[in-house]
Amino acid sequence: MRVLIGLEIHVQLTALSSKLFCPTHSGYRGGNPNTYVCPICLGLPGTLPVVNRRAVEYAVAVAKALNCEVSDRVMFVRKHYFYPDLPKNYQITQYDGPGFTSIARSGYVRIFVDGRTKMVRIRRINIEEDPGKIHYVGGIEEAHYSLVDYNRSGVALLEIVTEPDMDSPKEARIFLDKLIAILEYLGVTETALEGSFRVDANISIEGYGRVEVKNIGSIKDVEKALTYEIVRQRRIIEQGGAVARETRHWDERKGVTVPLRAKEFEEDYRYFPDPDLPPITISNDMINMIASMIPELPDHRIERFMVQYNLDEYRATVLVLSKWLADFFEEGAKMYSNYKRLADMIITDFLRWVKELSIDPKRLSVKPYDIVRLLELLDKGVLSIKMVKELMPHVVSGGINIDEYIKLVGYTRIDDEQYLEQVALEAVKENPKAVEDALKNPKAINFLIGAVMKKTGGRADPQKTKDILVRVLEKVRNLEE
Amino acid sequence: MSYKYISMPVHRLIEEFSSDVHKVFEYIDSIYDRIHRVESRVRAFITIVPKEQVYSYVENLIRRVRSTYPLPRLFGVIVGVKDNISTRGIRTTCGSRMLENYIPPYDATTIEKLRNVGMVIHGKTNMDEFAMGSTTETSAFYPTRNPWSLERVPGGSSGGSGAALAAGEASVALGSDTGGSIRNPAAYTMVYGLKPTYGLVSRYGLIAYASSMDQIGPMARNTLDLALTLTAISGHDPRDSTSLPMQPVDYVELLNELLHREPRLKIGILKELFEGSDDEVRKTVYSSVDNLCAYHECVEVSMPYTKEAVAAYYIIAMAEASSNLSRFDGVRYGLKVPVENRSWIDAYTEVRTRGFGYEVRKRIALGAYVLSMGYRDMYYIRALRFRRMLKENLNSIFSKVDVVVSPTMPIPPPKLGEFFEDPVKIYLADVSTVIANLVGYPAISIPAGFWNGLPAGLQIMSKSLSEPILLYLSAQLEERTKLRDLIAEV
Repeated sequence: MRVLIGLEIHVQLTALSSKLFCPTHSGYRGGNPNTYVCPICLGLPGTLPVVNRRAVEYAVAVAKALNCEVSDRVMFVRKHYFYPDLPKNYQITQYDGPGFTSIARSGYVRIFVDGRTKMVRIRRINIEEDPGKIHYVGGIEEAHYSLVDYNRSGVALLEIVTEPDMDSPKEARIFLDKLIAILEYLGVTETALEGSFRVDANISIEGYGRVEVKNIGSIKDVEKALTYEIVRQRRIIEQGGAVARETRHWDERKGVTVPLRAKEFEEDYRYFPDPDLPPITISNDMINMIASMIPELPDHRIERFMVQYNLDEYRATVLVLSKWLADFFEEGAKMYSNYKRLADMIITDFLRWVKELSIDPKRLSVKPYDIVRLLELLDKGVLSIKMVKELMPHVVSGGINIDEYIKLVGYTRIDDEQYLEQVALEAVKENPKAVEDALKNPKAINFLIGAVMKKTGGRADPQKTKDILVRVLEKVRNLEE
Repeated sequence: MSYKYISMPVHRLIEEFSSDVHKVFEYIDSIYDRIHRVESRVRAFITIVPKEQVYSYVENLIRRVRSTYPLPRLFGVIVGVKDNISTRGIRTTCGSRMLENYIPPYDATTIEKLRNVGMVIHGKTNMDEFAMGSTTETSAFYPTRNPWSLERVPGGSSGGSGAALAAGEASVALGSDTGGSIRNPAAYTMVYGLKPTYGLVSRYGLIAYASSMDQIGPMARNTLDLALTLTAISGHDPRDSTSLPMQPVDYVELLNELLHREPRLKIGILKELFEGSDDEVRKTVYSSVDNLCAYHECVEVSMPYTKEAVAAYYIIAMAEASSNLSRFDGVRYGLKVPVENRSWIDAYTEVRTRGFGYEVRKRIALGAYVLSMGYRDMYYIRALRFRRMLKENLNSIFSKVDVVVSPTMPIPPPKLGEFFEDPVKIYLADVSTVIANLVGYPAISIPAGFWNGLPAGLQIMSKSLSEPILLYLSAQLEERTKLRDLIAEV
């Protein structure tokens, strides 16, 4: 049973400083309710929208990056429905149909799944305004009334719609990772910002009814919601039932989808061209100018990483899909030429701690040099891999200067032979059984090395420790004979 | 108490004030005195700004402009503003219960411009609710009466503005015109009214009825005052995307230049629109056209599809209105109803049922209908197609003549209540005026004469941005008919 998945992605153009149709500042996060508003985004009588030209430019850049055909004009329509978060009770958006046009259509995104390349087609891209936010006083079920915050009202959104080209939740996840990477490379949005990125997922099992899961807030949840839906729909089909065509809601907390409303017929939004917004012409010159300013995009960078740094596709992809990580790597690669080792260190230990300490990559104070320095000290034998692993969280949190820290706490490998011999003798004395084994079988010496390591907190030079232990064991053997 | 100021044209008022700035208070007193005497019968206003407030506004203005002598161009001139134009701090009701207590936090662009040239707003004039009507009877508060005949309507929807001028309660006024709402009351109250080219005057702050046709325009008791006011309010506005990108124009200068040059024009007489008019209206307007034909060349032209124009107009206007008026839900402003423990649909329904009058609810419902799936092609899309065709039709007429003339209204002002009996008749009376709005061209209504004491108006329409020509013909006619600065006895 083939699964068909199509996605509708809403991303805020958070890089804009003002809203889509008014000069109000769009960086509303953290602001008190209804402080980022003006007569226009509140929909006061008599106000008129004026298109933020920069939003159009950003949309064209996204369209080009997603290999779309860009329309020769921007046309806005009104989509009518009553809802308290919508100040005008219509949304200014775009519509792709006879007499209308979206800003772009017919594009594609290339993804790599299980070693093969696949195209996910983009059906269209619309520019539209975000509604406000409803706050149910005391929770949605208990509320006697609700409050509306219009700070978000009028913020510029792109609605990116794909064809149903993905056939597993994993593919959907890989596609979204790629899409977000492209948007971040373009610098039009920061999807890490709360609520800046929402997905509606359409999923069906071929030949059966289509279900739309609305308003999923993260890629991880998209994957989970789709997985849940496939299981649910399969079970219905296996039991001989019919999958109802409906809209469902993803309950993040419970990890289930629940029905929102039956979708037996298409809602009538009474689309018509917004008479307040005459079409804006997009010239070829403008498109070319914007296209010429598009920076290097993920696909190209992955290929370049594979050639320039001799990385395999997996490492290159992991690095590149997160722009800051790839930038971090490239900065480090200028100072350190064992690229594979650098990549591994960044992908594994470094990234693990950035995530574990939940540090915003933008506020990261650790510099690529710090990681390079760790690697250099490791290469020179000043630090052991274990020490590097222990130091990493301190380095990532930016709390220490590595060289000073090492000097200060004496945090280096112990290679003082006299001291190591003393510890080795203690270990031998405490582990007579192990000594006996080691005398019979040279490989069993590892247990004693471990004992020394334990006593030195992992700081003993492993090679020297081994040499010394061999010598000590030799003496013991001589004594016994 | 001097009454000389009541009918004094604006261009004379500003001469008076520039000789002695304090005469402005004498003028304010006489306007308020006139209001006191006639307003209870005419009811031209929904809100009248208290006189003390106007006094202190003008005192502040004088203090501010002392340093920037000469005085701003229209210093001290009292202007009545239609109540669908947003005025900061002054209640703006749009003639509706929905906005009975709504005080806008911002000024419309036209209001900013009026203030910039020193004009003084003393009141908001009555209108049909949300500009939907042509008699000022659908106002949620009370109808306005025609100062020339109190049992008759002053026209609409800017009936309050027309009546205020005819009754001497303001020196000039602003109206708005979506399908004739300036020209219709101008004709019925014996004043001059201009619907400018779409995009010439900013709509920012005008509470929208049908966005693709709405225009704010001036109303005055003579042509020169009309030109002065148009000069004050017109010009490009970056806050209105439909505003035309053009440099400021001084219409007084252009008018004077044309009056000096006196070009002979070719005037088209719109056959169908004269034929469709009542006898007395036709005769009155013809005699006024004769005045023009004595100097200019007149030819008969034909404009078929006039009834279809009315249908297309109402379909488009109602479609846009149903969308524009959806924002009135009582959440952020406007009529409030209890909301606790009820669904928002329930609360919205109550707000919109109680807040809107019958005519408004009817037009919203019809507008939603013509846009809905399965009907939009039959009505809305067809109306748009007709609109394009009409424009081509007119352009071919304007390739042969400079302007076209017709009666502004085909019938004399009806008695109060008369129209409610036959809603289609009332819509069809808009036949001459809606054409200009459908195609976005300017049109002017000029007093043509009285018939049995009832006013009739002549409409002149021309191509985009031909306002100077319209003003020129208006001034010429005014000079012949002397129908200027008229105030009704009341």
